Formats: sequence, C-alpha cells, structure tokens
Amino acid sequence: MDGNSNWDRKLIFFFEFENTIGGSKVTINVMTSGEVTKKVYNREELFILDVRNQSDFQDWKIEGANFSYLNIPYFELLDGVEEILGEIPADKNILVTCAKEGSSVMVAEMLSEAGLNVFYLEGGMKAWSEHLEPVKIADLTDGGQIYQFVRIGKGCLSYMVVSNGEAALIDATRMTDVYIDFAKRIGATIKHVFDTHLHADHISGGRSIAQKTGATYWLPPKDATEVTFKYSPLEDGNDVSIGHTTIQIQALYSPGHTIGSTSFVVDQKFLLSGDILFVDSIGRPDLAGKAEDWVSDLRETLYSRYKELSGELIVLPAHFMIIDELNEDGSVSEKLGTLFEKNHGLNIADESKFRSLVTENLPPQPNAYQEIRETNMGKINPDIDKQREMEIGPNRCAVR
Amino acid sequence: MDSAKVLDVKGLACPMPIVKTRKVIGELDSGQVLEIEIHATDKGAKNDLAAWAASGGHELIQHEEEHGVLKFWIKKG
Repeated sequence: MDGNSNWDRKLIFFFEFENTIGGSKVTINVMTSGEVTKKVYNREELFILDVRNQSDFQDWKIEGANFSYLNIPYFELLDGVEEILGEIPADKNILVTCAKEGSSVMVAEMLSEAGLNVFYLEGGMKAWSEHLEPVKIADLTDGGQIYQFVRIGKGCLSYMVVSNGEAALIDATRMTDVYIDFAKRIGATIKHVFDTHLHADHISGGRSIAQKTGATYWLPPKDATEVTFKYSPLEDGNDVSIGHTTIQIQALYSPGHTIGSTSFVVDQKFLLSGDILFVDSIGRPDLAGKAEDWVSDLRETLYSRYKELSGELIVLPAHFMIIDELNEDGSVSEKLGTLFEKNHGLNIADESKFRSLVTENLPPQPNAYQEIRETNMGKINPDIDKQREMEIGPNRCAVR
Repeated sequence: MDSAKVLDVKGLACPMPIVKTRKVIGELDSGQVLEIEIHATDKGAKNDLAAWAASGGHELIQHEEEHGVLKFWIKKG
C-alpha cells in the first residue's frame, strides 16, 4: 500500500464533504427512515448496500418485501469500491446503510465518484431503529380515533386513543416527543399512559411522558413489584374513560408473557393484546426467567380468556415479527376470530405440545433484556447513547 | 504489554477509528504491536476493530477494560 493511495484522496474528500455540506461537487442523496418506510409499505424495490460488519448485518437489517442486499463492511472498502461495482444493479435505487451514518456517507461518496447515483440512510440504523410511523387504524364511536405507531425497524407497536381532545397512550416507546408532538398537532391532551406489561425488549417511554404531560401512568402491579417510582396500579376490570363521550378502555388481566400482562378492550371493538398474542405468533413466557411457571397462565389466557371474547374484536398487538404481518396501509391488525383459525399458536390442542413449543428451542433473548427490564423498573438510568445500544437489534418477544 | 505505538481514538465517529488504526498500523513493521484506546461503551468500534483485524490478517492479542476505556493490542500481520 503506498502512502498516497486512492484512499487518502477519498479521505481528504470525505473531510471536505463533512465540512462543506452543500458546497460539495458530487451529489450525495439522502434518504430518511420515513422515506424507506414508504418503500416498505409500497413494496417498492430497493438495493441496500449495508456496510456494517457481517455479524451485525446477520443479526438485524432493514426488511422489505422487495428489498435486496449486499453486505460488505466499510473497512473492506477503504481502498476503493471498484471491486464491488459489478455487484450493484444499475436499474434500482441504491441505499447505503451503516450503524450511525458516517461510514455510509463515505461509501456513498465513493460510489458517487464512480458514477453511480446512490443514497445514504440519514442517521443510519440508529435512526431506523427509532423511527415511528403513525397509522390511523379507525374512527371510534362519536368522533374518536385510534392510531398505531409502527416502530418499523424494531417491530414495536404502540397506540394512541383519542376522544374529544383527550388522549391515552399504550406501550409508548422512549421516543416520547413523537407522541407528545402528535397529540399537540391533533389538539389532544395526554391524560393516561399505560404499559401492558414490564417490557424486556425496549425501553418504555410511559413514565417519562406521564412526567412531562401530567398524565397518569398505569402499570400492572404484579410486574411492578421492584419499580422505584410511583404509578397507578392497573388491574382487571379497571375502566378508564377519555373525552366526555367515554371511549372505554377496559383492562383485562391476561398473564403469560409476564405475570402481570394486561390487555385492553377499547371501544368494545379493539383488543390491545400486548405481548400475549401477535398476528402470526404468540408471546414467549421466559423473558422474566420463569417460562415453566408461566406456561399455564399463557395457555389459559390464549385458550380460555381470549376464547370467551367476541371473535369480531380487532387484535392490535404490541409487536410484529416479520414484514409480511403488515397490512397494505402499513398497520398491523387482524380479527380475533381469524387468529383463532389461522395463528398456529392458538391451534395446539395438546397441552404438552404447547408447553414444549413455548419453553424449548426459543429464539435468542432480546439484546440486553435484563438491563432493559431494570431501566423500565427505574433501577438504572442509562444515558441516551447507552439506551440506544441496549435496544439495538430485532425484538424477539414471540414464538411461532 | 510492550507496544510500539499507542493510538487514542476515543470519541471519534465511525469510520475514523478504523481509518486511523489502519494508517498507523501501515507504518509499523510486521510483528510489532499497536495499542488502541476506545471508549468501552462504543460497541460499534469494538466489534468493527475486531472484525477488521481478523479480515486484515492482524492478530488481536489482548484486550482489557479499565475505567471506561477499552484497550486493544493488535499485532501487525
């Protein structure tokens, strides 16, 4: 390698680019997480050049029905991109991604210099993991609405129920400004914030939103035995109304994923199932370390408690696992009756087979799930960078 | 650990930790050891340095964490 390599020249350019954005001679296109989300929803084609290291890529990547991929770590491209030019299609949009943006800017720049028209992902996978896309699910009785906030990169789903200028949030993520700004924009005051259970895969924004807005923060007491803060105990039969037309939010004790897991029936039409029941999978009982103890609870919730509910209820879960679970409008929902027909986890007649499905051969546990639980209990207070790092990767709250 | 050079890349954003490491290791002789210091919380740099060393034929001979600083010793291949 001579001292004045091609790379050094690129590097100098890279620094110049960093210092003179806008004045750069070569066009580098930026794509935001919101724009990538639209491509997922519209099932568009996109060629993703992911320049993170191989293990990070294999663990977690941007998923789309018609996305194709090439994974070459950026540190293998420091001498130039000539060797991979042949592997990059000329007829597709090309998006370069990395962990935080820096390396993808560098590689996108090199590809642009080589004559390609490419985009880099603004904020990298960090931004992708944090992006929330609000989707309106339905109008409610007397003018209310229910919105689903799709955390597309991580598969987390949270909800805002609105009626007559008042809002309730369910399973809010730590991107608290998104909900607060959204409520402001639609002219609603956040009155109640619920967590269906103590989350193990992501850091809850519930407590922080309640502090910022003066709302009441509700948690199931059986999940909250170790929390360090005050909360309102959420128990079976609790009935909370918002707006003076009383949109009903009815709590339904549904243990199994955790001992305290609670579902909600909203407006007698929607079943917010938390991490108990998903569209194409069911909750796993092991993330608080008690799989064997909680299998019976999970079975009873899914096969008895939920069975007694109307099959017409629309199930709105707290997660999706795979991109195929998204409806055409980007939302994730299905009729309870349909799930009783089609969801494999609801159709295992033999109890011992069910027991082995949910306790054996489980997927790996979510990244840093113990630390995430402790954060949600208020026991530790990691800074924002640490929180991001703890949440990196896919959610793994389900068994199929 | 006897290292020929110490490189501090604490606080640098990707791709700079590897860019600098690569440059400095280029100036060493084969068999010489470079010590690299990063923030222990910078998981990205940590993983990338290990993967880069492996792919470049260098040997990651030791790493240790002390007071929030992660030190790597890489022997040039």
